[in-house]
Amino acid sequence: MQESTHPDPLGRPPVIEAGHDYSTVTGKISDIVLRQSAPKAWFFGFGVGFLLLMLLNLSISWLFVKGIGVWGVNVPVAWGFAIVNFVWWIGIGHAGTLISAILLILHQSWRTSINRFAEAMTLFAVACAGMFPLLHLGRPYFFYWLFPYPSTYDVWPQFRSPLVWDVFAVSTYATVSLLFWFVGLLPDLATLRDRAISRPVKMIYGALAMGWRGSARHWHRYQMAYLLLGGLATPLVVSVHTVVSFDFAVGVVPGWHTTIFPPYFVAGAIFSGFAMVLTLVIPARKWYHLEDVITMRHLDNMAKVMLATGLIVAYGYFMELYTSWYSGNIFEMFTSWNRAFGPYGYIYWILIFCNILSPQVLWSSKARTNVPLLFVVSLIINVGMWMERFMIVVVSLHRDFVPGAWGMYVPTFWDFATFAGTIGLFLSLLFLFVRGLPMISISELRELAPVGRTAEGGE
Amino acid sequence: MLTDLQSYPIRRDRLHGLMAEFETPEQLLTATERTHREGYRQIDAYSPLPVEGLAEAMGIHHNAMPAIVFVGGLLGALGGYGLQYWVSVMAYPLNIGGKPLHSWVAFIPVTFEMMVLSASIFAVVGMLALNGLPQPYHPVFNAPRFVLATNNRFFLCIEAGDPLFDPDETRQFLQSLSPRGIEEVEK
Repeated sequence: MQESTHPDPLGRPPVIEAGHDYSTVTGKISDIVLRQSAPKAWFFGFGVGFLLLMLLNLSISWLFVKGIGVWGVNVPVAWGFAIVNFVWWIGIGHAGTLISAILLILHQSWRTSINRFAEAMTLFAVACAGMFPLLHLGRPYFFYWLFPYPSTYDVWPQFRSPLVWDVFAVSTYATVSLLFWFVGLLPDLATLRDRAISRPVKMIYGALAMGWRGSARHWHRYQMAYLLLGGLATPLVVSVHTVVSFDFAVGVVPGWHTTIFPPYFVAGAIFSGFAMVLTLVIPARKWYHLEDVITMRHLDNMAKVMLATGLIVAYGYFMELYTSWYSGNIFEMFTSWNRAFGPYGYIYWILIFCNILSPQVLWSSKARTNVPLLFVVSLIINVGMWMERFMIVVVSLHRDFVPGAWGMYVPTFWDFATFAGTIGLFLSLLFLFVRGLPMISISELRELAPVGRTAEGGE
Repeated sequence: MLTDLQSYPIRRDRLHGLMAEFETPEQLLTATERTHREGYRQIDAYSPLPVEGLAEAMGIHHNAMPAIVFVGGLLGALGGYGLQYWVSVMAYPLNIGGKPLHSWVAFIPVTFEMMVLSASIFAVVGMLALNGLPQPYHPVFNAPRFVLATNNRFFLCIEAGDPLFDPDETRQFLQSLSPRGIEEVEK
């Protein structure tokens, strides 16, 4: 709690700059929502997001009218962009839970300035991810068949299938992320209620704050509940991407049927998620002048996590090559060869550049403190991780066992439109969140404020 | 120093309590400890951030949350496993490659997810229920300066229902804690 008041033995930048006290952090974060008008960049960002969201509406409507034939999926590549995007989005979500839950139980106080933002990112990424398997069903109006419910057909789900586990994992993940986010917001909603100027705004935040008044009895239970939620979310986040990897690993397709998938998927998820947090936080801290709260320390730490998880991902790639060679199985060996030198070979080399080579610059502390460079690296990693999922899903499927059953997958306009559309949904939700809710946890930031007391009263 | 912000006295039966305002968590903690030692029991402390040891200073040592979450997790895990067992063995047995109907290894992921889901819902609903939230009305919000309880001020309220409460003596006692100010809180 008092970490920031002592000089750092390693000379690292502080997690919050000097000169802040309880009322300045309260004012700084709540005023973004209550008193300041949105910066021009907000209108630009929300505008782009909203246009893409309309494209999503269009693509989904067209999909529902014509069926999934509007996409490039075929046999053998029945899992096209939809599953690539699903895995990519859900992976991005994982960094949010990692920051909010795992760093909470490890007492990493630097998480405070970015956890709210990252949790929001998780929620919106999961919303985008969750859509794809449903759109991919072909008959999306029967989505509820995935859940066990007493139907008149007397038919029940097949619980030995990873696809059913996935339904439980993703829906639990979405629910728990929402609960965790809301519980974290509760004291801040009360702050917004108490600082709102107009009565309607006061009533909206008041209703959401549920009458929170900061009583010691309440904090006592609140903190325990929050800690326990963190403890529950930590194994949950690992389990979710593990189950996603089971969707592949339990199958017999060469390139999928491998035990390295669960840890490699989890590391990849955190890798891509931290890249996305950096992609979002770097412009946000500039537009909203949050450099004193989201300091170089945060960017540095996130870059280090990215480098570490990137190395685990690189290990995963090498291990895949090694096991396919060591297995002596011609199908496995061919899949590895086909990834690098087959018709989709360029995807493989883009991926090696984006996910293995580009993060290596982060070894240098100069690179980690170079904000534009970090932003570029984070974008490259976002692209690379999407390529990785394309390689896993499409490149493994298009040439499996018998050459007579091989095929190619060519994405259509609607494949790209749906993907771009979910980016629009993500951006729209994110910009609305930044406008309407405190993007940094005020109550936790107070704990980091270097100076607790102010001489003059009130605001 | 501010003392009385209200110019009119509140009738005794309309009085919720007396509220003292402090500037730092340390002052609030010391004041709460002394108030509890003095014998006051119907008290509550309000802070914009969690203050370590504050609940203990009010004599609260028990926290029901871990037990609630444990029960939630247990029910979720049992329910999740039970559901899969009932579906796979009793309601809708499917023979897939001769694998046993009761394939317990395959039931672990869903059991785990249901455990986490149920424990989390118990944690949130339990926390809100024990805290009496949502609560549309509470007298402390009548105190004009209480808006700062979610900003940068720390409040201690001795409620009028306390057997030791006396408008004058309690005020004198609160004054001895050297607060920034004391307010009467109307019901």
